[in-house]
Parts: sequence; structure tokens; C-alpha cells
Amino acid sequence: MSQTLVVCPFCGCGCNFYLDEKEGRAVGVIPSRGHPVSQGSLCVKGWRAHEFINHPERITSPMIRYGGIARDATWGESFDLVANKLISIKKEYGSGALAFLSSAKLTNEENYIFMKMARAAFKTNNIDHCARL
Amino acid sequence: MTNSIQEFEDAEVFFVIGSNTTEQHPMIASRIIQAVRQKAAKLIVADPREIKLAKFAALHLRHKMGSDVALLNGLMHIILEEGWEAKEFIKDRTENYEPLKAVVATYTPDRVAEITGVDKDSLRKASEIYAKAKRSMIIYAMGITQHVAGTDNVKSCANLAMLTGHVGYPSTGVNPLRGQNNVQGACDMGALPNVYSGYQSVTDPKIREVFEKEWGVNDLNDKAGLTLTEMIDAAERGDIKALYVMGENPVVSDPDARHVSRALRKLDLLVVQDIFLTETARLAHVVLPAASFAEKMGTFTNTERRVQLSRQAIAPLGGTLPDWKIICEISSRVGYPMNYDSPIEILDEINRVTPSYAGITYSRLKGSWGLSWPCPNEDHPGTLFLHKDQFARGLGAFDAREYIPPAEVPDEEYPFTLITGRVGFQFHTGTMTRKISILEREAPKAVLEMNSKDARRLRVTDGSIVTVESRRGELHLPVQIKQDIPESMVFSTFHYSEKNINELTICAIDPVAKIPEFSCAVSIRRI
Repeated sequence: MSQTLVVCPFCGCGCNFYLDEKEGRAVGVIPSRGHPVSQGSLCVKGWRAHEFINHPERITSPMIRYGGIARDATWGESFDLVANKLISIKKEYGSGALAFLSSAKLTNEENYIFMKMARAAFKTNNIDHCARL
Repeated sequence: MTNSIQEFEDAEVFFVIGSNTTEQHPMIASRIIQAVRQKAAKLIVADPREIKLAKFAALHLRHKMGSDVALLNGLMHIILEEGWEAKEFIKDRTENYEPLKAVVATYTPDRVAEITGVDKDSLRKASEIYAKAKRSMIIYAMGITQHVAGTDNVKSCANLAMLTGHVGYPSTGVNPLRGQNNVQGACDMGALPNVYSGYQSVTDPKIREVFEKEWGVNDLNDKAGLTLTEMIDAAERGDIKALYVMGENPVVSDPDARHVSRALRKLDLLVVQDIFLTETARLAHVVLPAASFAEKMGTFTNTERRVQLSRQAIAPLGGTLPDWKIICEISSRVGYPMNYDSPIEILDEINRVTPSYAGITYSRLKGSWGLSWPCPNEDHPGTLFLHKDQFARGLGAFDAREYIPPAEVPDEEYPFTLITGRVGFQFHTGTMTRKISILEREAPKAVLEMNSKDARRLRVTDGSIVTVESRRGELHLPVQIKQDIPESMVFSTFHYSEKNINELTICAIDPVAKIPEFSCAVSIRRI
């Protein structure tokens, strides 16, 4: 059993809570009394945030789809397919034919390197996220 | 937000416009309600619906959908007429005041009452309450921004705050509430087509030079890229061939959903990286399974600009990888190696190239509740409220705006206005919350909220199934009669992919911010 301080994954209030772990699974949420925004409280979504983490519908294998049919794939072949296809599209149509959608759900560090990849590796500024939605 | 959430305690007036705060930002709403109940703060709510917060309001302005600029100009008109403006603040800290005066002069109470549907007495009361208090805050959310006049609405809020000197002090300011836990951070990090991290422009050669040096490249693209809505249009035209989507679900979240699916199906490559097989992932050529927030460490920036460390609570679920590792791997395989050992190393790099984040280091975050930017160096305590003594640009520029109507107004064929949003028990496209049993129990399905008078006219009752149709699509939805919604307006949510309301919404966009309007005209038929 352990409790780890995390940032709530839902709205922009930025509440923190302790995620309760048991045998490697998230099993509960404990509010943080000291946190300046949450002050020991949470909304109903925050209180149950542990429930989706170990949900059986989580995807646990890369998938590749040909035509209408999707199949499980290894990380290696998925990485290769994505990398090769991005390179060949860039070669044929230019970097303007590539676009990247980042996420208001991911960390600052992930957003930063995703935009770095778009800009430094592919030389495109076609990067955005759902800030407008 | 120009203020911090803790400053809400000492605000005297809250002017909440276009934010259903109790549902979308519950912990901020409870601050407002506490201040009203315990400290006699005054609350003005401007919203066509009688949202929960309106029950605590001294005044509720039920202005017509999309009439925000007229309403705000009308308040400024009265403030100037009565001499309630902050003369010294205007003189010392602002510019372009004369053009603003000229524009708001034409927004007489009679004209504004006509456009907005708000009576003149209420307009006057709202002006007086907001202008005369010492510490007034404007609070807004997507009800202000998601309009073809979204930029005009935001500028009008800023005009009102500057006219009354209600910005740049503790508990006094303009506070847009951000809807996702890291939408502020994603913007701060430059996941936007025109800026690098810290809002540094991609068109500025000096800034490009800084990033070229840090990133070891020499030919960064100097033209702003496409926004999300423009990417979708470009994909439909065939100009975008590959789209890499990470942690987003545009098939459900974007307006005119059929158009979105059609465009995504045309791509040569659609990569979706997510924790669940979202509706967008179902269309992907390659799906990459990511670890959830609990399975990695990293920082998130909340709506008050507070950068906080989230720790790793459990190991990544078997078969998944943290997003940052996936990105490093793809980047390395296309010939641009990224060899970060951990997110801490990435944060170090962010500190180096992002002046507003320069002092927000891992070692400081580790032992604190976070730091609010701007935080230019390691000795800086962070910034609770913005624009103290002077605005970021120097003088605050008034930018007078004229009212324009929404893109699609009701007519004979489509006589109702459909507005969309969220409820407190679900979140966005439901990818996470629909996996949570208690939330599904409380809000299990999409409904169409409707006024009882409209229901009577249509001869429907609670639970009746109706066909809701717009120029873009139609859906069958059960009616829920609500007294908080005005006549001729209906409301539904975009949480339910099996009844995707965004098949009906409109992708008319604000010309500056490129934000879509969503709200549109619909017809409703009993089945």
C-alpha cells in the first residue's frame, strides 16, 4: 500500500490528491488537506479518478489497421511503420502535409517534446491542441 | 487567469459571464459561493440559462446567446455616463481610450436592451455593482470564447476591466477558467501553431535562433502553422496527408463531427496515441497505447498558472509506455534523436528556453505546492496576480469592438438555438468519466434540455424522443424539461459518443482565434 500525490486529471482547477495504490493498482483517492486549491475537498469526478486507471478497456498493445481490419502489433513494428510513413509523406508532399495534435491532458514535458518533434524533426508548425474546444 | 484562486476569498464582486462554474470548475465555484455567503461578496451572473450559480447571485442577466459584446459595451456606456470609470488608471496605464469611448457611446441602454433582451434597470444595476466596488473580478469560460465573436468578447471583457481599473491588483482582475487540467500548460509549452514555449513567436528570427541553438538544428520553419480546425479542413481537401493525434478525441469533441470523420478517413496516415480506444482511435492506421497520468511523473499547469508536479503512483500498465517515451522513440527513428532519461531532464530544457518558466525547476517543485508563472529565476517566488504596476505589453490597449450576431441564428426552418456544454458528472468526450460507475449512474445518457413552454408547444414531455436536426445532421434524443433554460433554446452535452451532438454543431470560426462557435440553429420534431 502506498499513497502518492498527483494532480487531478480533469478540469483546470488543479486540485491535488493522494492516489491509493494496492498491489500495483490504483484503488482509491484521498484528498489533500494542505493543497491550496483543493483544501481537503474534491468534486465527484476527482473522488473517483482512480476508477478509469485500471479499467479493463485500457488498451495494452499497439494496433495496426489495414483496410477495415485492426490487429495487435509489436511496439517495434508500430514505431517503424509510423516513422517510415511520416518520412515518406514528408519526402513526397513536404512537411506541410504533416500535422500534429498535442493534448491538454498530457504533461508540460510531453507537450514540449511533441512540439519539439514537430518543429525540429519535421520542420512544420502544424501543431495545435484542443485549447479551442 | 490574472489572479490566483486563493484571491477569490477577498474579492468584493464576481462578474461571471459564460461560465457554468459549479459544473465545470467545482472547486472554484465553491470559492465564489463561500465568498458570497461568508463575506457578503456580490455575484453578478450573465448567462442565458439559470445556472446553479445564479441562485447565489445578486443579479442575473439572461442575455441572448451571442450578445456578449453588446452587453459589455452597454455596461461600459452606463459606467461612462455616470462617471464611474477609473480616470487615473485610464490616464496612467492605458491607451486607445478615445476610440473605445466613441464605440460604446452608440450602445445606449435602449439599444442594448433590444439586442440582449436584458432590461435597462438590470444593466444599470450591474454596471454600478461591478464598477463601484474596489475589488471586482470578471470570470469567464468557453461561453465567452466559443463564438465567431470570441476574440471580440474577450477584448470587451478586458476593456470593461481596464475602464474601471479592475485589473492588476490582488483579488481584482480578469479570470478565464481553463477547462482541462493542462490546457494552460499545453499552450505555455507551445503546442500551438504560432509560438514556441512561453509564447515566443515562430516568426521572430531572434527567437528561432535560440531554439535552433538549443535543439541543434538550423532551419526551423518561420511561418505559423495550421490550427486544429484548419488541419481538419486541410485533411478533407487532401493537403494534410498525415495526422498524429496524442490524447485527443476530435471525432467527438470537434464541431460538425461528420465532417471531421470524413476528413480523417482521407488521411494516408492517422496515428492515435491514447489510453482508451477512442472514437478517433477507431479510425487510426496505428494506435499506440499510452500510460495514464498515474503511471508517470511530470508537471501540469492549472488555470491560475500554477505549475505542479504530479508523481508516479503505479507502474505503467503492462504493454503501455508513457507518452514521453513514445515521442522520444518516434523522433529518434525519424533521424532526430531524443535521449531524455526522465521528464526532469525535459523540464531542465524548458527552464533554459522559456523565460516565464526559468525559475520553475524540478528541485523547487518537489518540495512545494507549485509555482505560478512568470517565474524568471530560481530566487523568484512566482507570480500570484498579473499586470501589477504595468501590463505585460506596457500600456493596456483598449480595443473597442462592435457587436456581430452569431453565424447561425434561428429562422423558420430551424427555430431553436442549440447550445452545448458539459454537466458536472461527466467530462468532455467521456473517455475517462464514462468508465466511472458513479458518474454513469448519475448522468448515463444524452438528453435534450428544453423549457416546459416549448415542450408543451411541441406536445412532448419528459422522456419523449425527439428528432433534433441542424443543417449538418440529426439525432434522436430524449427530452428533459428544465426550467433553467429560456424558451427557444435547447441544451445538450458532448459527453456521449453514441449520441454525438457535435454532428449537429457548426464549425463557424472566429477569424482571429479560429475557435469554433458550436451553437447553432436546430429544428425539433416529435417522433
